[in-house]
Amino acid sequence: MPDAATDWPDQIYALLKEHDIRQVALVPDAGHSRLIKRCLADNDMKVATLTTEEEGIAMLFGAWLGGEKGVLLMQSSGVGNCINMLSVPISHRTPCPMIVTMRGDYGEFNPFQVPMGNATQTVLEAMGTLVKRADAPEDVAPTVNATLRLAFNTYRPTATLIGQRVIGAKTFGK
Amino acid sequence: MTAIATGPSGKMKRRDVVRALLADRGKLLAIGGLGAPAWDITAAGDVPENMPLWGGMGGAAMMGLGLAMAQPDRPVCVLTGDGEMLMGIGSLATIGVKRPRNLSIIVLDNEHYGETGMQETATRHGVDLATMAKGAGIADTRLVTQPAEVAALRAAIHAGAGPLFAQVKIDESSEPLVLPPREASILQARMREAILGKAAHLQ
Repeated sequence: MPDAATDWPDQIYALLKEHDIRQVALVPDAGHSRLIKRCLADNDMKVATLTTEEEGIAMLFGAWLGGEKGVLLMQSSGVGNCINMLSVPISHRTPCPMIVTMRGDYGEFNPFQVPMGNATQTVLEAMGTLVKRADAPEDVAPTVNATLRLAFNTYRPTATLIGQRVIGAKTFGK
Repeated sequence: MTAIATGPSGKMKRRDVVRALLADRGKLLAIGGLGAPAWDITAAGDVPENMPLWGGMGGAAMMGLGLAMAQPDRPVCVLTGDGEMLMGIGSLATIGVKRPRNLSIIVLDNEHYGETGMQETATRHGVDLATMAKGAGIADTRLVTQPAEVAALRAAIHAGAGPLFAQVKIDESSEPLVLPPREASILQARMREAILGKAAHLQ
């Protein structure tokens, strides 16, 4: 019996297939590791591991020019690296869906994750992104589905933020 | 092939280089990095197969990667400046790993930030972009300084044996502005229609 508490990465993968996502841009996050493995194992998905997250905003724009749908996977700290590049999908009116795993959220141990984690939703919204949060495992799939639909149906940057209560906080053994 | 003149520095004139690279372009798709390269590709012909950028500094090469992966049967050529390439230099590693055969990245290197008052870039001080691209795993990297080398570069852009990276040393003198449309939704829609037909607007 599928269990939303642990299967939400597989549910996201199924949504990426349903929406015919062909390009996946990512900077790894522990919270996305299971989804990343599924994408890497899929021969119909071109997966690019980026050196910085803003590369993904640019790559998704190029993909859309060529008729392919893409998605950007990253953790909340990476959102900070994307801000000016969001001018590209905003000005061109092109889809740019992002799936963000939160750090600096519930139970964070690392002080450096807190400033950007606390600001993630605010700065994305300041840059015209439609942001939806999922703070329970059963909310992840419907929220990601909404993020993909809003991006491809209404041509703009959109984001799902997956809360640390869903992912679990990294405790460094403490 | 059109003649390529040299400027006061003895280096090639940028508009002549770009016009030669985009001559008889066939199915080639071109992305022009913000600033002078966007005006250069527009001066060569303001066509739907061009994506002149008004912003997104540092993103031109990655836009090329996304487009090249989506359209693997068409040559994709990113023409950008040294300052723009330096801002997105890490993308050479990303591209070096993905190795799209149809992608060429051409840096028009005048060793200055031309749009902001001609401040010197790192290439003015010896930073070697072609060697950085080689180190990122891009096998075909070229330093182009002579008009005679431009025809071979144009042929390589169409050959599909990429990825290809070229650092083309150009004269620093600026050229008259030739502006593309500034409304970026038009730029993307016209390029998508040129590639995908009317269906682009129903995707």
